[in-house]
Order: sequence, then C-alpha cells, then structure tokens
Amino acid sequence: MNRSWWTIAVAVLLTAIMLFPVYWMVNVSLTRRESIRRGELLPFDFTTEHYVVVLREQLPYLGTSLLVGLGTVLVTLLVAAPASFALAKLAVPGRRLLNFMLIVAQMVPAVVMSLGFYSIYSRIGLLNTVPGLILADSTIAVPFAVMLVTAFMTGIPRELMQAAQLDGASAWRTFRSVVLPMSRNSMITAALFAFLWAWSDFLFASTLDREGGSLRPITMGIYNYIGAQNQEWGPMMATAVVASIPAAALLVVAQKYIAAGVTAGAVKD
Amino acid sequence: MSLLTTPELAAPQGTRTAPPVDGRRSRRKTTWTAVAFVAPLVIYLVLFYAYPLVQNVVMSLHRFDRFSFVNGGAPFVGFDIYAEVVAQSRFWVVVRQTVIFTTASIVLQYAIGLALAAFFHRSRFRLSATLRGLYLIPWLLPVIVSGTTWQWMMSPDTGVLNAFLGIFGADPVWWLNADNALLSVTIANIWLGVPFNLVILYSGLQNIPADLYEAAALDGAGPWQSFWRITVPLLRPVTLIALLLGLVYTLKVVDIIWIMTSGTGSSQTLATWSYGMAFGKGTSAVIRYSEASAVGTILLLAALVFGFVYIAVQRKQED
Repeated sequence: MNRSWWTIAVAVLLTAIMLFPVYWMVNVSLTRRESIRRGELLPFDFTTEHYVVVLREQLPYLGTSLLVGLGTVLVTLLVAAPASFALAKLAVPGRRLLNFMLIVAQMVPAVVMSLGFYSIYSRIGLLNTVPGLILADSTIAVPFAVMLVTAFMTGIPRELMQAAQLDGASAWRTFRSVVLPMSRNSMITAALFAFLWAWSDFLFASTLDREGGSLRPITMGIYNYIGAQNQEWGPMMATAVVASIPAAALLVVAQKYIAAGVTAGAVKD
Repeated sequence: MSLLTTPELAAPQGTRTAPPVDGRRSRRKTTWTAVAFVAPLVIYLVLFYAYPLVQNVVMSLHRFDRFSFVNGGAPFVGFDIYAEVVAQSRFWVVVRQTVIFTTASIVLQYAIGLALAAFFHRSRFRLSATLRGLYLIPWLLPVIVSGTTWQWMMSPDTGVLNAFLGIFGADPVWWLNADNALLSVTIANIWLGVPFNLVILYSGLQNIPADLYEAAALDGAGPWQSFWRITVPLLRPVTLIALLLGLVYTLKVVDIIWIMTSGTGSSQTLATWSYGMAFGKGTSAVIRYSEASAVGTILLLAALVFGFVYIAVQRKQED
C-alpha cells in the first residue's frame, strides 16, 4: 500500500517534469504583459488579450498552414497508396532496390533537400508559393507513408483479391474496391502524420517560403516574433498554443493511429 | 505473383492445357500493371529527391554568388570548395560540436527513455493509454513551439530555469550565450527525443517474457541483477535500432538549434552551419550557397554512412 502510493507520486512527478515546458507556455500565454517577467507559477494576472492579438494577426498564417497540411496529405496519399498496393501485392521489378531507396530517403538531411529545392524553385518560380511548399513538405511524409501502408497491405489475405479477380475485376478495380477500403486505418495514420509534419515544418517554410507574405505557414508567424526588436512573449506563446492545437487534437481523437505510427519504426524528423 | 503461378491453376490438366505463350503474356501483363501502380512513386522520387540532391552536389562544385545564382554562369571549380571548407579551422570546431551534440543527445535520450520505460514497466503504475499520450506531446508539438518555449524558460533574468536554480542559491546562468549555447540546445533536444525512445523501449520491454523475471527471482536474483542479466541483453536489438535511428536524425537537426540560438557560439553544428550560410538572416553578410552545399553534402555522407549501418543491422535482425 505504502509502496504503491510512492510509485504513483513518482509517476506523477516525472510526468509533471516532462510536461512542464508545455504548461509554462500556456501559463505565459494567459498572463498579462506587465506580469510575465515575474514568472509566477500560475497566471494570477489573468488575461486572454494575447489570444485576441493572435486572432487579429495570425489568422492568414493559420489558414495557409491548414491549406499546406491538407495539400500535403493529398499528394502523399496519391503517390503512396497505389505504390504501396504494387509493392505489397504485385510483382514489382526492382522491389528490393525501391524499398532500400525509401529507407535511404528518410535519412537525407532536410537542409540538403532545401538547398536543392531552393535552387530549383528560384529558377522555375515556385519560391514563396503554396504548391511549392506542399511539394517540399510531402517529401517528409511520402517514404514513411509508403512503408507504413505497404506493411499493412501485405497483411491483406490474398484470397480476397483472388476472389475479386475471378469475378473479372481488373487490378485497378481490385485496388479501389477491395484493398483501399480494407487499408483505411493505415491510410488514416499516414494522413495524420503527413498533416502534422507539414503543419510543424519550419525548415522548408523558412527557406522556400521566406518572403511569401500571408502565404506563409503559422511556424513563420511564430518565427516573426523571434526576430522582432522587442520580443512580445505573450502573443508569441499564445500563437504557440494555437499552433499546438492540431497535435493535441490528434492525440485526443486519434491516439491509436499515432501509436501505430510510432511503433512502425522509422518515424520522427 | 499472378494467379498462374499457383500450382493448381498452372498445372496443365487433361484437355485444358494452357499454351506457355499465354502464361508468359499474362505474367508480363501483371508486371506492366505493377509498373503502372508504382510509376508515380518512382517519378516522385526522381523529381523530388534525386533532382534536389543532384542539384545540391552541382552547386557545391560551382562557385556561386548572389548574381550567378540568379543569372547562371557560375564557374566549375571541382572540389575546390570542399578543400576550402575543410581547411578552415572553424570546420573542425563545428565537427567537434556536432559530435558532442549528437552523442550527448542520443545517449541521454536513450538513458532517460529507458529509465522511464523501466519505471513504468515495473511499477504497478502502468503506462496507461492516457499517460502514454501525454508523454508523446513533446514529440508531436511543432519544434518552433518547443524551441521558443525553451528559449523563454532559459532567459537569463526572467527565465523559470534560473528562478528554480536560484532557490538553491545558484547564480543565474546565461544559458544562450556563446559558451553555454551547446549545453542549452542539447538539453532541449534531449527533451524532444525522450518520447520516441520511451515508446520504442517500452514496447521492447513488454516483449520480454515475464516468466524470465519470475525464474530469476526464484533463483535469488535482485532487481539490479535481473536488469543487467535479462533486460539489457534482451533489449539489445531495440537498443541498436533506437540509437542508430537517433544518430541519423540528430545529425541533421536544424530547427531546434536555429530557433533557440541561430547556431551562434558553441551551438553551431554542420547542419545549422550549412543552413546559416545559405539562409541565415543577419548572421552572415555574404550568402554562400556553394559552401552551404558542400557542408550539406558532407553531412549527407555522414548521415548515409550511419544509415547504411542501420539498414545492415536491421537486415541482420530480420534474418
């Protein structure tokens, strides 16, 4: 009894330490400007004024981030789903090489990619555009999505596909009406991660979309505060809280999908 | 694999002898179907992976400046830029800092992740779904969010970290100045990486059969002994994967460092150096794309070396 209370206390303490930065961000975002520097443990001098500033100044960036996130999901799934089907169920020539390339692709430093993209985009006029950013962001998610969905599709019983083929369905029909519906969960997981990574992306946004004005994502909205002469910590932390909403929402709504993604291995960027 | 390769259907029986030509044509058709399905991915990898990578290498072999970057005509200089970069005394300083940042990050991420995983695995207070979700938060948050929060917490005069140390009578630490910058960004980066290690190692621990511990306890082994004799050896495959993946990912980290310190002082790594030379605002007067690409390529090679080790280890484990 005694020992069990002790472990619970340690567990709560460990969790509190781990999550303290997150709490601190929320705390600052709710404290009035004049009192922020006192660093009190609770927002005694309570205000929501920073969130009013966020709504006034950051809405376009939030809109752009939403657009970029959804676009990245679309590109990722369009490329990954058919390829995963082929890798899982069809005789793809050079399958081993392709699998190898997908793992290697996830190891390429993003700064190297952004240098290459920057040089290409500045020549073809894709710098500071939403489609350009979507394409670059999708490179974070595509290899992961293919590996995740392929692993899932490999587990679909061959008999189900054979039944469809005996009924005269083409490979495309089999893919669309049998394999895709059955792979829904893995597709949702891939889509969630694609959205989250695109939403969180700093590197491509700060290199390929530096001068995009309001066509920049929310990560740039926060970054603007850092460069400012007089750092406004209140609005900055309030924006950070708002920018964390998708991650928090995904965690609440879709935790089982996220757990599936983490244990799938090669995650994290 | 086409239907015709299954023995029952492929074996000719009596009158329904399928001509071999038919079988081959059908198999070829399947191959073309497979190619069609996989083609978008291959085209994608060529356009959005291979092409930017090649472009990066090309830039490192030509001497670009602001003008020739826009208008073309940069002269080809072979490996001159690599030679110049490596000859700088700064290069080796940055390499040293990269090694410290990477090693400290992955070792402590792993150690803390393992300690937490072991604690939650052994105690009656299991890592429930809710708690596991909470521990994932640092990993799921946008890095710009965590980076700015850490920056604020490490503010010298008003930051909560110094306020906490002040309770014990410690003098305020200038966390983000040139000397301490490496320590500070490493702390923040460890915090970012613990969740990943915790989740992987926790699932690794769950795969160790409980009766092994029971048998060891019956033989009189204490918790310390069973940790070193059972947990550590059986966790070796998961450990290797976690450390190697952590290594590859940490080598290429830019965002947390750039957001907290812009790579100033001791926090400069190969990745932020490359980033800063091409895109740094206000940190360098001249934009040096070619040097940035050369450093980027060196970083890429380092990441790939460890990446291949990772793949080899994984292949070996699967066999």
